[in-house]
Amino acid sequence: MKRKTIQNTIKTIVCLFLSFLVVAPFYMVLINSFKTKGEAARMNLSLPTKWLFQNYSEVIEKGKLMQGFINSLSYAMIATFAGVLLCAMAAYVLSRNETKINTFLYYFFLSGLFFPVNYVTLVRVFQWMHLTNTRTGIILVFTSAMIPFCIFTIFSFVKSVPVEMDEAAVIDGAGPVSLFFQIIVPLLKPTLVTCFILEFMGVWSDFLTPLYLSSKSKLFPMTMAVYQFFGKNKNYWNYIFADIILTCIPVIIVYLLGQKYIVGGMTTGAVKE
Amino acid sequence: METCAIFKRREAVLNKKKIYPQWFVIIPLLLYILFFLFPSLMGVFYSFTDWSSRTAMNGLHFVGLQNYTDIFTSNKDYTSGILNTFRFTIISNIVKIIPALFLAIMLQEGLKGKGIYRTLFYLPSILPFVIIGLVFRSILNYNNGLLNASLDAIGLGILKQKWLSDLGTVWGSIFGVDAWRGIGYVMTIFLAGLNAIPKDYYEAAEIDGANFWHKLWYVTLPMMKGAIMINLVFGITYGLKVFDIIYVLTNGGPGHATEVITTYAFQLYSEGQYGMSTALNTILLLVTAVIGVAIVKVMSRKEAGQS
Repeated sequence: MKRKTIQNTIKTIVCLFLSFLVVAPFYMVLINSFKTKGEAARMNLSLPTKWLFQNYSEVIEKGKLMQGFINSLSYAMIATFAGVLLCAMAAYVLSRNETKINTFLYYFFLSGLFFPVNYVTLVRVFQWMHLTNTRTGIILVFTSAMIPFCIFTIFSFVKSVPVEMDEAAVIDGAGPVSLFFQIIVPLLKPTLVTCFILEFMGVWSDFLTPLYLSSKSKLFPMTMAVYQFFGKNKNYWNYIFADIILTCIPVIIVYLLGQKYIVGGMTTGAVKE
Repeated sequence: METCAIFKRREAVLNKKKIYPQWFVIIPLLLYILFFLFPSLMGVFYSFTDWSSRTAMNGLHFVGLQNYTDIFTSNKDYTSGILNTFRFTIISNIVKIIPALFLAIMLQEGLKGKGIYRTLFYLPSILPFVIIGLVFRSILNYNNGLLNASLDAIGLGILKQKWLSDLGTVWGSIFGVDAWRGIGYVMTIFLAGLNAIPKDYYEAAEIDGANFWHKLWYVTLPMMKGAIMINLVFGITYGLKVFDIIYVLTNGGPGHATEVITTYAFQLYSEGQYGMSTALNTILLLVTAVIGVAIVKVMSRKEAGQS
């Protein structure tokens, strides 16, 4: 009994220490985002002598953050919504109708989990298709990039939905489209939400795609806007920190709202085998 | 009535093509080929040419293996970039997977507030790399970064380092930051794997007098093959393609000490040497293809064996 208590104390201490390691950087960033330029440059954990809330309004204006926010939000929303829906349709058919072609297609999609995207030639493809420096182009790339992971995740989930559901619906006279959207999609909801959340956060965090594919700052998402701002104002850590906080808030909100779906869905593959 | 229903059901089963229309697959397939696979294959083609920003004037020429020999013989040390990619892949995975496993085991057993710890430990992995890079550039700053200041404050000033500009510590710093971000993610997958292990396995092992290490080796690890596999697949592919964190933290420096394939490829791209850049990408493609095919083979064999 006594050994258990000692063990638990040690565990609690380790966990508290690790929590400190996670929280300290956040705390430092938050606290320093309210300081003056000179104080923030010292980057310590003490409270600001004077709370400068206007740092935020200034950085929103100077860092062109509204534009960045709208870009990030539209890229993440549209690309993820389209990607998850398309992948659900494909994964459903691939999983239900396991012909030779479909099995091949499944592994063909799966191989995309490994391959790197070649952005240099992608720039070329963009030129051919007249997509250079367009929102459509960037969204299409984000959608394409999430296909392997989404199909992989949804495919294994479809297997857990009983085929009898399909048969019953077909007997009741449902066509393939209404069968999918009215019967299957509601049943797939947990995994679809998981994919949506993970990919939304993925697109929001992405940096490489806009780095290669957009030369117009008008198209930059928040991550690029922050990096640009940092490049131009290297000594204004108070602004940089405020900028960082604003970029993080949306993903943190999505994470806290969708947390149970992340853990539950991300790991179906891990549990099944 | 009943026979009629059975008959209809038969028919439904037979008509898979109708119920599961193949066109559901077409749009993702087209997108995947056009924006994912095709550029990669095109990259293979262009890696044998002198494609550059001056191609518009001079035209495109085949140069055979010139780009590849340049990569392996040039004084710019691309080979060390390739080796660094492997080094990052191996070490970053070890540094994350082993602590994450013990952390998961620790959190799996009863502990007050474990839900909060889980939420907290996962949190860093959702943040953009750019942000993490910038934050740690500040924390690891030599003069007034949080790390050196804390070391000073607790009287360990001798341990102060130029974390990001000293050749001896820069890789350690990168692995540290990467682990800070990634351990929670790996841990979460392990936790799901642990949850699926029936409790009585442990009870049986305890009756047989197994200690912690026995249980880990004979029960936990064999039962967690799936979770370990997933972590390895995601970890290896992430490691080979790593870009953001290095680009933002060190930009390949000091000198070229922390360049990896992707940072060199980006640098060559911005210099307008597209052919060289795609050659580097093609090398990365080959490596990932070999590893990917091996992993998919193992996975498909497992699935075939199960059903």
